[in-house]
Amino acid sequence: MFGWEFPPHISGGLGTACYGLTKALLRHGVDVIFVVPKAFGDEDNEIKILNASDFEINLEEETSIELWKRLKYIQVASKIIPYISPEAYTEEYERLRKEEIKKNDFFKRKYEFSGSYGPNIMYEVSRYALIASAIAATHDFDVIHAHDWLTYPAGIAAKSTSGKPLIVHVHATEFDRSGENINQDVYNIEREGMLKADKVVTVSNYTRSIVINRYGIEPDKVVTVYNGADAFKFHSRPKVDKPYKEKVVTYIGRITFQKGPEYFVETARKLLKYDDNVRFVMAGSGDMFPRIVKLAARYRIGHKIHFTGFLKGPEVEEVLSYSDVYVMPSVSEPFGISPLEALMSNVPIVISKQSGVSEVLKHAIKVDFWDIDAMANAIYGILHYPAISKMFQKYGKAEVDQLKWDNSAYEVKQLYESLLSEYLILK
Amino acid sequence: MRYICFYFQVHQPIRLRTYRFFDIGINHNYYDDYQNQYILRRVADKCYLPMNQLLFELIQEFGQRFKVSFSITGTALEQFERYAPEVIESFKLLAETGSVEFLAETYSHSLASVISKDEFYSQINLHQDKLKSLIGVKPSTAFRNTELIYSDQIGEYVADLGYKVMLAEGAKHILGWKSPHFLYYNVINPELKLLLKDYQLSDDIAFRFSNRQWDQWPLTAEKYVDWLNAIDSKHEVVNLFMDYETFGEHQWKETGIFDFMRALPYRIFSHSDYEFATPTELSELLQPVAPLHVPYPTSWADEERDLTAWLGNELQEDAFNTLYSLRDKVSQTDDPDIYRDWLYLQTSDHFYYMCTKWFSDGDVHKYFNPYGSPYDAYINYMNILSDFIIRIDKKIEEKTSFQELKHTTSDTKTQKTEKSTITSKKKKTTHDVQITSDGDNIKFTKEQIDKLAEEFTPREIAILFKQLSDNTVKSIKNKLNKDLKIKVEKELAKTMRPRKETINKILNKFNDLIK
Repeated sequence: MFGWEFPPHISGGLGTACYGLTKALLRHGVDVIFVVPKAFGDEDNEIKILNASDFEINLEEETSIELWKRLKYIQVASKIIPYISPEAYTEEYERLRKEEIKKNDFFKRKYEFSGSYGPNIMYEVSRYALIASAIAATHDFDVIHAHDWLTYPAGIAAKSTSGKPLIVHVHATEFDRSGENINQDVYNIEREGMLKADKVVTVSNYTRSIVINRYGIEPDKVVTVYNGADAFKFHSRPKVDKPYKEKVVTYIGRITFQKGPEYFVETARKLLKYDDNVRFVMAGSGDMFPRIVKLAARYRIGHKIHFTGFLKGPEVEEVLSYSDVYVMPSVSEPFGISPLEALMSNVPIVISKQSGVSEVLKHAIKVDFWDIDAMANAIYGILHYPAISKMFQKYGKAEVDQLKWDNSAYEVKQLYESLLSEYLILK
Repeated sequence: MRYICFYFQVHQPIRLRTYRFFDIGINHNYYDDYQNQYILRRVADKCYLPMNQLLFELIQEFGQRFKVSFSITGTALEQFERYAPEVIESFKLLAETGSVEFLAETYSHSLASVISKDEFYSQINLHQDKLKSLIGVKPSTAFRNTELIYSDQIGEYVADLGYKVMLAEGAKHILGWKSPHFLYYNVINPELKLLLKDYQLSDDIAFRFSNRQWDQWPLTAEKYVDWLNAIDSKHEVVNLFMDYETFGEHQWKETGIFDFMRALPYRIFSHSDYEFATPTELSELLQPVAPLHVPYPTSWADEERDLTAWLGNELQEDAFNTLYSLRDKVSQTDDPDIYRDWLYLQTSDHFYYMCTKWFSDGDVHKYFNPYGSPYDAYINYMNILSDFIIRIDKKIEEKTSFQELKHTTSDTKTQKTEKSTITSKKKKTTHDVQITSDGDNIKFTKEQIDKLAEEFTPREIAILFKQLSDNTVKSIKNKLNKDLKIKVEKELAKTMRPRKETINKILNKFNDLIK
């Protein structure tokens, strides 16, 4: 199994999902070798972690050279580096160009991956793929499973070396990250991965339809396996008495295009026109932060919207403990773990229909992300009609408890078995 | 001789529009006219008109031998008037054949029977009037309650109005080993006979008819009559109760449902000893075999056959209780618009949409539900209710200040007491005439009661009851003869706004009587 990050060193939901799935697969009797670009040594020791940074590659081998030529193409072609601002890019690009002149990175037998999402990412993706090929040649396994585009080249390399079936697992697509302004290189890598894979696993039907419609993948090949919610214990706190009388409506998430923060502000504006007894909290940071603050100021509701910046786990728990409503207005959300945490804290949730998690939750009010009226109406309903909060207290948590990684892993295992039997027949 | 009793429920709710919180206090139109018209037209064309025609032809063919019964809700009747008047004409034609019985029920297909006897009675009256004015019949012997909701208590209410027979679900948990194929009676008032639905044979037509996964598919008239014949010949009646929309709407024309219904009477007459009968006829033809104990309400909905489809979670209970807490205030407003909305908002469908049971089972709920989730349905309903409450309070306030104004001009001194007369819920405390001995332990002699029956009209007795304590009313009521009691109940169900002088006169008369 190829992943880019693994707990405790994670930057988002991807690592958590990989961890939840791997642990559950072990419980189902599946042996997993989990390859990460950089291991820190403090990962869960029940899981066999393979550190790509420890790997040496034999440069004389012809297959390596062949593969590298192809991978090199990805690297060189990518003039734009994802996850980085234009200014930082120019800077980093200059630095990289100088380094490339040295041309010695590749000839090092060993390479210390950063394992992050920095400017070196395209190089690391390629290098990781090369190592994947070496690992595939030296290890015994039945199925290759690659998580998100960073590891798709690795998955493809491992497949071409070993001939074993490949599953690519789509936790997010470039359209979820960037809207319509996609990074073409990332898109190409994603698409190639999906095309070369024997099966594509998506985390929701919402994502499945993106894979089918935007990447042109054969629908029969794409299977939805929902995430579990029990990888880590979420500690909900008892409700606290607020020092003010107003009700609290909370947004938790990065303040970026895909999370729909401006819809939250528009909703706040609408609601405040009719109901003064409410405050709004936006917890998170991101590139749209300045714009959102300005928007709130322009609407003269700055005194009712509170920006907390990025919050860590315990702080999230605290915010939820005094929230009356949780809102997720995401424009595009492959799955979405954060509303589950709200449910665990007995907070009623309003979530966008353009999210994977809305497919598995029944106790949630679902609206289109652009439908400000419906969103404001749902929040108003929760704040004014107490029966809703009672329902959520009674059923919300129980519903999250049912989302188990064991179920997801069972489905993945079934998939492995069917691929394996096909593979054996063909052989 | 054995009988088949066909009963069809005709109902359409008046559906609510998307009503946002910013409409509250501003927009008082609650209904989705477009949707209501669209659905009614569709069902009229696919079901009501063709099926009425089919039944009419069967009756032409077999005369009095083929019989069916209907109940049509007031909200459906109103919408026929508005969007499809030819449906009313076709029901009239059926009524004139003499082979069709129309049953009494609540006007707005409401759950009033489980919370308010007065409201229940008032809606039954209203429904009778509507049916009389549109179809020309006034059902007075056979009754069916919303969704076949029945309990011993509800049966007693219905019996008190003089009905002879009532329809109910043949639920397993109340019947036990007993069969629904006999006539039963209410355990409190044996005068009320009960017909119980055979849910197996009813649902074979209503739900399973077009289901290709069903091992009995396809269902033919031949097969169905074989099943009827297989029933023990000592059994007396098979009650087939179902939604009328089964024909052409739930089961499309293409499934062959119309052909099945056309063929069924032929087959029954040629290959069995069954005859058709209506509920009222059955109450006279058959001898009841046993009392039926139903302490908690049953219905024909879902596996549970109880009220949980409408009153099974916090959302439903909150909406329901909030609505019915408004009853006194609604009658105080004496406003036709408010009263109309009051009726429409009571329709049980609104509560059905808030049901969370379909999360686990039953596509049936989903099929009938215009809302994405129970939460959406609840919020929408509560927004409307919020506006409704504002309107009621406003109306009452207007009336009060108007009354005050009137009294200020005539007599400033009495102003304060008069005001409390209007706003106080317990009117009797503020009247000039006090009842001399309205204690709970008051004993009425037979002479007194006879005198009361002689000297007071049913309407006056009803007005008097409103002034007396519940215990006193009960002790008088128990001694009244049955006819008078029914008349009084009917009066009580009407909205009364007697003048103060009238009340005083009646109270004086009553005081004289009990001296």
